[in-house]
Amino acid sequence: MSLRSPLRRVTHLGSAKGGSGHWFAQRMSAVALVLLGLWLVIALATMGGAAHANVVAWLSSPVAAAFAVLLVLVAAWHAVLGLQVVIEDYVGAKGQRLALLLVVKFVFAVAAVIGVLAVLRIAFGVAA
Amino acid sequence: MAQRARPLSPFMHYRWQYTNTLSILHRITGVLLSFGFLLLVYWLAAAAAGADRYAVAVATLSSPLAQLVLFGAAFAFCYHLLNGIRHLVWDTARGFELRTARRSGWAVAIGALVLGLIVWSLIRAGMGGGA
Repeated sequence: MSLRSPLRRVTHLGSAKGGSGHWFAQRMSAVALVLLGLWLVIALATMGGAAHANVVAWLSSPVAAAFAVLLVLVAAWHAVLGLQVVIEDYVGAKGQRLALLLVVKFVFAVAAVIGVLAVLRIAFGVAA
Repeated sequence: MAQRARPLSPFMHYRWQYTNTLSILHRITGVLLSFGFLLLVYWLAAAAAGADRYAVAVATLSSPLAQLVLFGAAFAFCYHLLNGIRHLVWDTARGFELRTARRSGWAVAIGALVLGLIVWSLIRAGMGGGA
């Protein structure tokens, strides 16, 4: 049974039935980011200098590379979910809202793929 | 049909309280950290591109303006982290009593300043070797 009025249905407004999924994903990624974020801070703090060799040595450990890949993916996901809520709340015009949502999703999808490929490239020893 | 004034969103007519500012700061720091994430990816991509490209990226990120941005990002990270935990506790339907909510708000604000300074100095110490 749908609780949406006939008018809501023809104008495609009302619940899209994805709200609780978005809500839960935001929280789940938040919990993961508490751990991954603290891990990144500790990793940077114990890097022993910003030299290229140190970064390569850090990510050549499979465990560090795995956490770095997870950090990139989960952070991008969490950012998209959060920016979506902000855009939906403050951008009133439908066309602008849709355009901005698409731009944010595309930018973060591209950034996430670049981040993952960068970590893997270092992890597999390709980055000299 | 007579024109009637549209109802206003609650934030348009509620009296300001400092917890309002804490709430909007969570969104502001979240947006800032989204840009910070793009900087992190830039740094990783530069490291993957090799030592020469990495040296350029580190020089860029070492400029006074970039350092100011990263300094701000450290505080944004700590605020969003602590206030995010506050939100997760709220999601379990705890901590909503006025006194508790105000106290946890103060704890987050002061905690973010202290933790931000600690995180910034730790990362400065760990990344202080140059490229």
